[in-house]
Amino acid sequence: MNAREAAGGSTFLGLPTSPRGVGHLRGDEPFPVAARRALADAQLRRNLGRATTTIRAKRARVVAELPDWEELREAGSAIKAQTMANLDGYLTQLEAEFTARGGTVHWARDAVEANQIVTGLVRDTGATEVVKVKSILTDEIGLNDALAAAGIDAVETDLAELIVQLGHDRPSHILVPAIHKNRAEIRDIFLREMAGVDPGLTDEPAALAEAARLFLRRKFLSATVGISGANFAVAETGTLCVVESEGNGRMCLTLPRTLITVMGIEKVVPAWADLGVFLQLLPRSSTGERMNPYTSMWTGVTPGDGPQDVHLVLLDNGRTAALADPAGRAALHCIRCSACLNVCPVYERTGGHAYGSVYPGPIGAILSPMLTGIEDNASLPYASTLCGACYEVCPVKIDIPSILVHLRARHVEEARHAARAPDPEAAVMAAAAWTMSSPARYAAAQAGGRIGRLFVRHGTIRRLPPPLSRWTRARDAPVPPAQTFRQWWRREHQDPR
Amino acid sequence: MTAREDVLARIRTALGDRQSPPGQADPAPGQADPAPGRYRTSSGLSAGDLLSLLTDRLSDYGAAVRSCTPAGLAATVEAALAERGARRAVVPPGLDLPGIDLSGPDLPGAGLPGIEYTTDDGLTARELDTFDAVITTAALAIAETGTIVLDGTPGQGRRALSLIPDYHLCILRDSQVVGLVTEALPLLGARRPLTWISGPSATSDIELSRVQGVHGPRTLEVILVAAGG
Repeated sequence: MNAREAAGGSTFLGLPTSPRGVGHLRGDEPFPVAARRALADAQLRRNLGRATTTIRAKRARVVAELPDWEELREAGSAIKAQTMANLDGYLTQLEAEFTARGGTVHWARDAVEANQIVTGLVRDTGATEVVKVKSILTDEIGLNDALAAAGIDAVETDLAELIVQLGHDRPSHILVPAIHKNRAEIRDIFLREMAGVDPGLTDEPAALAEAARLFLRRKFLSATVGISGANFAVAETGTLCVVESEGNGRMCLTLPRTLITVMGIEKVVPAWADLGVFLQLLPRSSTGERMNPYTSMWTGVTPGDGPQDVHLVLLDNGRTAALADPAGRAALHCIRCSACLNVCPVYERTGGHAYGSVYPGPIGAILSPMLTGIEDNASLPYASTLCGACYEVCPVKIDIPSILVHLRARHVEEARHAARAPDPEAAVMAAAAWTMSSPARYAAAQAGGRIGRLFVRHGTIRRLPPPLSRWTRARDAPVPPAQTFRQWWRREHQDPR
Repeated sequence: MTAREDVLARIRTALGDRQSPPGQADPAPGQADPAPGRYRTSSGLSAGDLLSLLTDRLSDYGAAVRSCTPAGLAATVEAALAERGARRAVVPPGLDLPGIDLSGPDLPGAGLPGIEYTTDDGLTARELDTFDAVITTAALAIAETGTIVLDGTPGQGRRALSLIPDYHLCILRDSQVVGLVTEALPLLGARRPLTWISGPSATSDIELSRVQGVHGPRTLEVILVAAGG
């Protein structure tokens, strides 16, 4: 099936996307508008440039240590593909195993339903405060807002999430949600917002971490309800797995009496042994460490150890709509390492807020539109130069550039079906997908491209006629060569010397 | 239709293109690893090389390492505690430490003068927070990643025990060291609560500069006990 046929509407199958008006998958403005403002913030660009440079080097160093890195990537990709192809079977198996060991499983169609379930569970305990492990999913569904509306205070315990929460801010990175803030800005937030903080607090990272330790210690020791996400859930054994660094996860997963885990249905993996692959891929890709400091695994309830009332909420929220698109469903393979953000030339300059969704960067540019429907995140598939760096580093080999092009084509098709004219760039991308899927069409188009030489002034193309003028307004177009590579090849190889 | 039925029905609709009909397409997980044997499942290192790799990787992430013979274990434990200035240590039920009387808080001085041992009998989180140190064993260690794994069996304690005190002293026998993550998983019981520990707690949330010591123990020390004897 080529991209054009896939985009013809047969892939949606009427499956509902994530509902509007709840959670954080949609921005208030299109990417180009938000990006332009972000680009004007010199402090933001310095913070991002410094942080992404550091993490790229760390990742490269630990990945190079493993002789079987490519084999692990292949295995990760294959396991995820197998999981998606049998998702119904693995989820029911996970449910049976988790339930058999004393846990309770809940199913939620969307964000609204998941928020209702979690709020109800917390209400049943009588708690008015809950401690949370970092979880992008609970941010995706706007859980903290829902809890607040029910009079329940949700305390973020990951340092970066705490910085974001105290700063009344939004996360801008999957791994390091406060990557856009530097130490001085963080110190100011703590001095302003953290109850009982030492007024002499310096901006040394160690001092800031110590302030968070003292502030949260009291919360941990008295917490009765913990809320977490899950990095992996093993169908074979019913085991849930959370990776972290600070120990806040262990506190939330161990000390409260009640533990509620909210998980997207795509996070299940088939077998216990599969963790041997992902626990190598994830930390090296994510923090650039051989292993993250703490990994917790639990299966239902263990008498005398940890929470005795354990819940798992399995959430769809647009994931089945993404699964219905055969050319795009690999976006669900993502293990949230954030390596693609750190290598992306677009992300490095705009930061995460410009994407408008809790999933920023290259993976967000494909995942967010698939969860919401492309119409609601229509600018994101274009927020890329298609340079391919994201695909190179992805630990489960998601071909993000191809899915971006596919989604651009889908966007054009959907806009056409809705009888609205797509913008010119979208039309060009759809045409490109059609052209490049046939060698004959591609050759003809290349020959035609040489007409562009008519616009050459001083060795470059400064201005093309409308609608292509929108492209050349911001940059010069390269001059098409006098002959294409194919023409050169044919001439070289048909003329005997 | 319940949410469960609805979500499962959506998945089956979404997978309308799959080859086998739903219900028959589910291979028995655990027997269907799609890429077995392509990545490493054995490090091939000698016992000596495993130990030096583990020591190197533990140290690299800020964990202290010391070695001893079985006969020297008690003295090594007490020396480690004394060096950190730990006066009150909590231990899990079932911890076997020949040479140290762990029988209770009422017998201070059973070991080195001034160190008091308490066995966890369901202490509250606040009570655990009053101890200087916790001593445990582990289920195994992974050399390549510098990881120790606790599974809550006797001598290792429940998860809160090794979390709340600020100094974790972990006793490991040489024979418990494996090379790779893929070698560790088959040895671990999936249904035990597991804690994988690689160095002291840490954060890189501020400008991605690593700070050691946040909520979990700020000091992790591993004692490697040589085989035999």
